[in-house]
Amino acid sequence: MSEIAFLLNGTPIRVSGDAPTRTLLDFLRETKGLTGTKEGCNEGDCGACTVMVTDEDGAKALNSCILFLPQLNGKAVRTVEGLSGPAGEMHPVQAAMVNHHGSQCGFCTPGFCVSMAVGHMAGRTDHDTVLAGNLCRCTGYAPIIRAAKATEAAPVPAWMTTDAFNLAQISAGDATDSGDHRRDGGEAPLTPRDLDAFADWYAANPDATLIAGATDVGLWVTKQLRDLPKPAFLGGLADLKGIDRQGDTLRLGAGVTIEALRAAVAPLHPSFAELLRRYASLQVRNAATIGGNIANGSPIGDGPPALIALGATLHLRRGQERRAIALEDFFLEYRKQDRLPGEFVEAVTLPAHAPAFRVYKLSKRFDQDISAVCGGFNVTVIDGKVQNARIAFGGMAGIPKRATAVEAALVGNRWTLETVAAAKAAMAQDFAPMTDMRASADYRLMAAQNMLTRYFHDLAGRPVSVLEVTL
Amino acid sequence: MTMGKPLPHDSAPLHVTGQARYADDIALPGAALHLAFGLSTCAHGVISAIDLSAVQAAPGVVAVYSATDFPDMPDCSPSVHDEPLLAVGRVHYVGQPVFLVVADSHLAARKAARLGKISYEELPALLTVDAALAANSRFEQGPVIWTKGDPSGAMARAPHVTEGSFEVGGQEHFYLEGQIALAHPTDDGGVSVISSTQHPTEIQHKVAHALHMPMSAVRVETRRMGGGFGGKESQGNALAIACALAARATGRACKMRYDRDDDMMITGKRHDLRIKYRVGHDAEGRILGIEFIHLFRCGWSQDLSLPVADRAMLHADNCYHLPDIRIESHRLRTNTQSATAYRGFGGPQGIVGIERVIDHVAHAVGREPLDVRLLNFYRSNATPAVTPAQTTPFHMEMEDFIGHELVAELENSSNYRARKAEIAAWNSTNPILKRGIALTPVKFGISFTLTWLNQAGALVHVYQDGSVMLNHGGTEMGQGLNQKVAQVVAGVFGLETDAVKITATDTAKVPNTSATAASSGSDLNGMAARAAAETIRNRMADFIADKHQTKPAAVRFESGLVKVAGEHYAFAQVAAWAYQARISLSSTGYYATPKITWDRVKGRGRPFLYFAYGAAVSEVVIDTLTGENRILRVDILHDTGTSLNPALDIGQVEGAFVQGAGWLTTEELVWNGKGVLTTHAPSTYKIPACSDRPPVFNVALWDKPNREDTVGKSKAVGEPPFNLGISVLMALSDAIAACGDGQSYVALDAPATAERVLMAVRRQQGHA
Repeated sequence: MSEIAFLLNGTPIRVSGDAPTRTLLDFLRETKGLTGTKEGCNEGDCGACTVMVTDEDGAKALNSCILFLPQLNGKAVRTVEGLSGPAGEMHPVQAAMVNHHGSQCGFCTPGFCVSMAVGHMAGRTDHDTVLAGNLCRCTGYAPIIRAAKATEAAPVPAWMTTDAFNLAQISAGDATDSGDHRRDGGEAPLTPRDLDAFADWYAANPDATLIAGATDVGLWVTKQLRDLPKPAFLGGLADLKGIDRQGDTLRLGAGVTIEALRAAVAPLHPSFAELLRRYASLQVRNAATIGGNIANGSPIGDGPPALIALGATLHLRRGQERRAIALEDFFLEYRKQDRLPGEFVEAVTLPAHAPAFRVYKLSKRFDQDISAVCGGFNVTVIDGKVQNARIAFGGMAGIPKRATAVEAALVGNRWTLETVAAAKAAMAQDFAPMTDMRASADYRLMAAQNMLTRYFHDLAGRPVSVLEVTL
Repeated sequence: MTMGKPLPHDSAPLHVTGQARYADDIALPGAALHLAFGLSTCAHGVISAIDLSAVQAAPGVVAVYSATDFPDMPDCSPSVHDEPLLAVGRVHYVGQPVFLVVADSHLAARKAARLGKISYEELPALLTVDAALAANSRFEQGPVIWTKGDPSGAMARAPHVTEGSFEVGGQEHFYLEGQIALAHPTDDGGVSVISSTQHPTEIQHKVAHALHMPMSAVRVETRRMGGGFGGKESQGNALAIACALAARATGRACKMRYDRDDDMMITGKRHDLRIKYRVGHDAEGRILGIEFIHLFRCGWSQDLSLPVADRAMLHADNCYHLPDIRIESHRLRTNTQSATAYRGFGGPQGIVGIERVIDHVAHAVGREPLDVRLLNFYRSNATPAVTPAQTTPFHMEMEDFIGHELVAELENSSNYRARKAEIAAWNSTNPILKRGIALTPVKFGISFTLTWLNQAGALVHVYQDGSVMLNHGGTEMGQGLNQKVAQVVAGVFGLETDAVKITATDTAKVPNTSATAASSGSDLNGMAARAAAETIRNRMADFIADKHQTKPAAVRFESGLVKVAGEHYAFAQVAAWAYQARISLSSTGYYATPKITWDRVKGRGRPFLYFAYGAAVSEVVIDTLTGENRILRVDILHDTGTSLNPALDIGQVEGAFVQGAGWLTTEELVWNGKGVLTTHAPSTYKIPACSDRPPVFNVALWDKPNREDTVGKSKAVGEPPFNLGISVLMALSDAIAACGDGQSYVALDAPATAERVLMAVRRQQGHA
């Protein structure tokens, strides 16, 4: 029997790994009686279940409703009950929430307090971004932001910093594999640490369920109520977490979280970083990985359109065999990818320089929403003429897809609004989008076309985003 | 005085530490059971076969119930008996409960509930206003029509006639805590229920009816809700009834909690509607005659649709004097979730109609919309009376109109006119982004339109140690009602507010309560609690005055002391003496709202004790390429009378505004052609997030006493400011208008998603 070991509000605990898809939220509420952490949506969209999880990379806010217990092995969890000090003294964000009337019904409040406390510890003042994953229906957020601002200068309470020091106390549970994987398909290594061994094991067990951040797989369990065969949690594979700059190329391991990716690309591709700032919420970005975002194959994931426009290369691995393909070639048709049984995404590489690259996300709500249309644009203009164009969209087809007709209408022509208009007309050759709850087909097509116009003005330095207008 | 102090919510320290206990946090007995409904996947059909064998065989399942298990199917409706707990013979919407699973865990119940095999003979489903109208599918025999004056004559005589039609979307409550109930069987055959409900008495009533018990055998408790917004006025009935039935059948505690997706699929939402209007006006924009047609999509059962649609009619005037008016209201029955109460209860739908009309008329006559608004305002109550007096479309004399003064102050403090000019200049230099601004007012009627609901009870005890216990019929859903009422009671006794112990709403303590709804919570329960406290205080004053050979009126209760004949005694001391002197230190209190009368059939009377007022200026920016839009600044001045607690009131105003803005912008409910609600989770249904709040958000209270004798001269605050969100829709309309040449009206439907904004921009630009 495998075991999972972690710290819970400072106390080391060990739980059986026999129920690997039990969520932390259910464990906290049903087993530990820690009912301060709330279930609002059970899908990672409302933040009422937010907890603080500390590992060697630091403290992060995560949604406990889509966090499986094995993902916590060797980490420290702090719930709202653990925000207060040993003598029951309130954390500064808790006191400020009281004093600034930041709670009304109070149901979302524990999640807000945890997100605020994690942000406070990191010295963050971008409160809208820190709290984008916490929904409140009562207050209109204004008093919560007042509370967050009032706490900015307060010192971090001593008890909040103990988790990082105490990680070493956790005698890791034996869920970690010993490296002894049988190629003939033995018991799944719940939380593998050795990438080579894992690769061999997965090649022999292609029916396994690979779980990285669980921000999508979590919903298979909490919403679709599925039993997952042979779950393998990839969070312990350090070799998948590398971010390496090799000359003009940036190499991202598949296990790099979206939040780590955002930080890595911020100095290189600010437009990509801004897209990723609007990718779900901080809690989701702290868990979700770029490998998962790609391997999932969703037509509305935000990573692929940007990466395809950037000219990214995907690195796949099966056992000890590796291959590299252009990212756009990975997506074959709706929910079907060029991935062999037992093969997994190991890394993605992208150019470190693309000054003309921009990516735009269109959704009903700016933050924590899924794109209706996401468009990546990367047009090279030399001497007034379009030399090269890479344009890709999400939300416009069954897969993330390049707009090849639009690209063809641009290349070789002068970079003018007339050329843009002609290229926009070609969009209908590339895409016949669908109507769904996010947008109509007509709107998708029109908005995708207009994104090209926006891109033109954006490159010219004109204001094109309502998010940049301030009074 | 404790009244008027900006005290924090009484539970705030519990909220922030996670100690506040909600229904799902209550520890259950080990043998407790968990319930889940199996739902209809068919919008309208006859159930031809039900095979629940797989459900019964699923792990952990203890019992399964469907229509055949109930010779007399329990009813969940708050109005007429048209909501069977489980579908009988026929299903009426996708999401309707068809069978009930009782299992040993929440997850086991949910899993089993997916295993039912139900066959349907599909019938035509009426999903839209047009389909329901064509089929004459409606509640009540025909439309409700109220006419005042001579609208058709006024229209015929008017120099200009403007007409239009627009769609207004519904709204999911999205209370963060989903619907939940639990029931414990009691040893005497009764049942004790804990419910997240705005209406414990209704839960008690429905459970008693379902179990064929007297109401006295059912006790319902509600400590707090994690949000309600009207969604827990009637929608919790089904869960409480199911738990009570299962608890009786099994003899075990039973709990039911809807998963979020189930909650959104099963429960009702704000009514969406189409509003058609025809308005006769002069060249200045003065409205001479007006006709409205409201076409409400009510869903499959009646629920509260009739009073909701009535309230829309009652707010069709908003702040404007409309002497000649006809309102025709259709309450259409459709095969969708049964639309229900939602903050404003139809009022916002009525108000958005007339605000749209004003915006359209202003366009037609080429005038500043604010000037057209002011031109049509009711007469100020500060100006000399006119004969005949101005009356509302429902013949209520307007006595308290403060719109002129309030709007003048907001216009000034928000710098509205100068900003409008600056925006026009900015727009002329920005081809892609356009800004817009609008001011909209609100007048909102306070009282239940079902007159008998305007009553409340309270129970106050003073213990012999001087501590005070407060109970009243109102429920706490985040609005701070308990704190406000505690402030009132503390004020009566001259104590600090924290000396008053707030207790859970409990049908065994205060009976026959009304829903905490219609913004009435503090008006009704504050008065009832004050009456109870005053009864006890008067007894204490009589006692101590008698001891000091003075008059009770000379006894003062302040600063924790009882002051009499030059002596100062601790309140606790006097309580102890009174107890020893065998003086009752417990009292009920009761309040019934005065002055109100209402004939809903004729549309005549005084349904409201008073009106609450407010106004907002919203500024927005839109992207003409994508329709994306954002609020830039909001200024609000809102009338709370003499606020019982300005901090809580500002919280209500800010929260209501953002919720109202969400209703009209990002919150879009989408049903597919099969009648399936496809926006049934926060992944697809988008309430405002943190960054959607106005980055500049100036909220002030118009803190002048209510002219009516309300508790502390305060005014109700829950719903009125919700309507201030309408200023965002009108500001978007203003921004879109900057894309055209002024020839055609913007005609923006709600919710104004980026898609609708872009389509309206394109119409302004001359695209089809």
